[in-house]
Amino acid sequence: METLALLVAASMNAGTVLALASMGLLINERAGVLNLGAEGMMLIGAVLGFAVDVHTGSDVLAFVAAAAGGAALAAVFGALVVGLDSNQYATGLVISLFGAGLSTFIGIPYTKERLTERPHYEVAGLSHVPFFGNAFFKHHPLVYAVIALAIATGWFFQKSRPGLVVRAVGDSPHSAQALGLPVGAVRLAAVVAGGALAGIAGAYVSVAYTPLWVEGMVAGRGWIALALTTFAAWRPGRVLLGAYLFGGVTMIQLRLQAGGIQLPSQLLAMLPYLSTIVVLAAISRNSTRMRVSMPASLGKPFHPRA
Amino acid sequence: MLRVELRPEISNLRSASAPVLALFATSIVGAILFVCLGKDPARGLELFFVEPVSSASALSELALKATPLLLIGVGLCIAFRANVWNIGAEGQFVLGAIGSGGLAMRMPAGAGHWVIVPILLAGALGGMLWAAIVAELRDRFHANEILVSLMLVYVAELLLDYLVYGPWRDPQGYNFPQTITFPPNAAVPRLFDGYRADAGAVLALVAAAAAGLFLFRTYGGFGLQVGGASAAAARFAGFSARASLWTALLASGAAAGLAGGLEACGPVGQLNPYVPAGYGFAAIIVAFVGRLHPVGVVLSSILMSMFYLGGELCQSRLGLPKALTGVFQGLLLLTLLVCDGLVRYRVRWLSPVAAGVPAPSPPVPAGDALPSTAASVASDPEH
Repeated sequence: METLALLVAASMNAGTVLALASMGLLINERAGVLNLGAEGMMLIGAVLGFAVDVHTGSDVLAFVAAAAGGAALAAVFGALVVGLDSNQYATGLVISLFGAGLSTFIGIPYTKERLTERPHYEVAGLSHVPFFGNAFFKHHPLVYAVIALAIATGWFFQKSRPGLVVRAVGDSPHSAQALGLPVGAVRLAAVVAGGALAGIAGAYVSVAYTPLWVEGMVAGRGWIALALTTFAAWRPGRVLLGAYLFGGVTMIQLRLQAGGIQLPSQLLAMLPYLSTIVVLAAISRNSTRMRVSMPASLGKPFHPRA
Repeated sequence: MLRVELRPEISNLRSASAPVLALFATSIVGAILFVCLGKDPARGLELFFVEPVSSASALSELALKATPLLLIGVGLCIAFRANVWNIGAEGQFVLGAIGSGGLAMRMPAGAGHWVIVPILLAGALGGMLWAAIVAELRDRFHANEILVSLMLVYVAELLLDYLVYGPWRDPQGYNFPQTITFPPNAAVPRLFDGYRADAGAVLALVAAAAAGLFLFRTYGGFGLQVGGASAAAARFAGFSARASLWTALLASGAAAGLAGGLEACGPVGQLNPYVPAGYGFAAIIVAFVGRLHPVGVVLSSILMSMFYLGGELCQSRLGLPKALTGVFQGLLLLTLLVCDGLVRYRVRWLSPVAAGVPAPSPPVPAGDALPSTAASVASDPEH
């Protein structure tokens, strides 16, 4: 039973990385911007977070730096795709490639560094409840923060006026403009917010999840997060659920490796990627349903007509 | 306030000078980077732009590195022009290396030099197979090709790892994760004695010419580009969207697979976990910098190859990290995108008073972000 509790805990931990990044991408995509640069923004966040933690010993500063780094790279992306109307696919890819190169470059002095003793977190009073204590109440604060974020994002898009504005911009930028809404500014803000979340997600990998810096350590999580928004039909609650599911797949895979199963570890390590492909195919199959839930102008450039 | 507005007309001169400007801007940023790292910027730029073309052996290395970039890049030209976003060329490259390598390591040493032909074909087939998975999932399930092809990169790399750590490991290799060194008859023939440049460079140039002919001189190539520029127009004209999807993926997969085979049986000479060196991703930059045109891709692959060599030279001569290459490559494409944007738009500083007055109505955007595609289709007199 306690093994199961630990598995649940580990899945939530692994899922938090994906949920953070995917929630940022959801915000982007609700505003109509497809961000293929998330992987690069996560890598920048990971390396900056780790570096700041090495120098200051403060996790809080590390996450702040990571958010700033992700947001800065996102601002470049936003300036290009919103300001200059660049192709969103090409620009996002460049941001990912550039982020990978730059993070490797920045990270060279840090490959041999180790962080100070990692703190243990416990929710007072609840962490000793059998099963539930181990499963739910010994997590990094961000694990709870991302749940709050999912609820807040859901409320924002469903119930609040600014959320409605963002959705309008993502569904029909021309109508939004006709209503006098600042389409470009909304998109830019969404992109920067998404980038900050991607940066935090990256730092969660390098500071909390596996506290070290290795070149390319985000290992495709940015792309899986991108698939998750589709999987979740652009709903924050489902993003969270999907992230935990994928986290679970990763954990089961690691458990099987550690449990001395007779399959080679490399084949097991393929599982998260293969399951992403399978889920993506299953979800995309019904193209009508996809069209209904997808932000209507996703990935399409918009330039205001005066 | 700042205002970005469409230029009334797109000047050909500005359009043509964008790549040159981008290269110039990259050099300036690069020079600043060298200064920040405490190195002489002139020396640094010399290592990037002069050294790689200054001797016969340097040129041979330049050709060797440009080969996979060119091959994958022309394949991606076809895919991207069809609006098919095959981002997983790296995975197709790895499958090509596995296909060629798997055959090469089984070749008896006595067989003739002809065996390189089936070996390279196996590589191209491997790449096609990997791309066919993407095509099938998109065709049948509408699964997004960007995500599927990318996920398959990780799967391909893990597959290679599995093979070289497991069943294909050289029993006499001191437990290193590598296959046996391929027999000499399975090696790609070299062009000149004493230099590493091999026949792959010729193959890549032939592939670029073939891609150019296909895209601009055949009915199939035309249909593919119409589908890429406007799906509705292609449907109207009766061009099959499925056919262009499969063509785009199989062609780009075959090119990347062939590049992988050439790499495994050329400079590497065996399979090991370091065969995937990121050419598949760098080739995306190559394709865009080359304006998705085979001639442009020839030039941009040489440029990117210079960046690789420049990065290595900076490592050995100046003690700088090799990752500088990636930074330079990314910078080049970023600045090119900025320059491309500024070809179509102008940024103006307006005083708050003037900003309140509505600007004269600019014309409708002339095309998508890849104007060269639409323009070349429209202006090609053959069609």
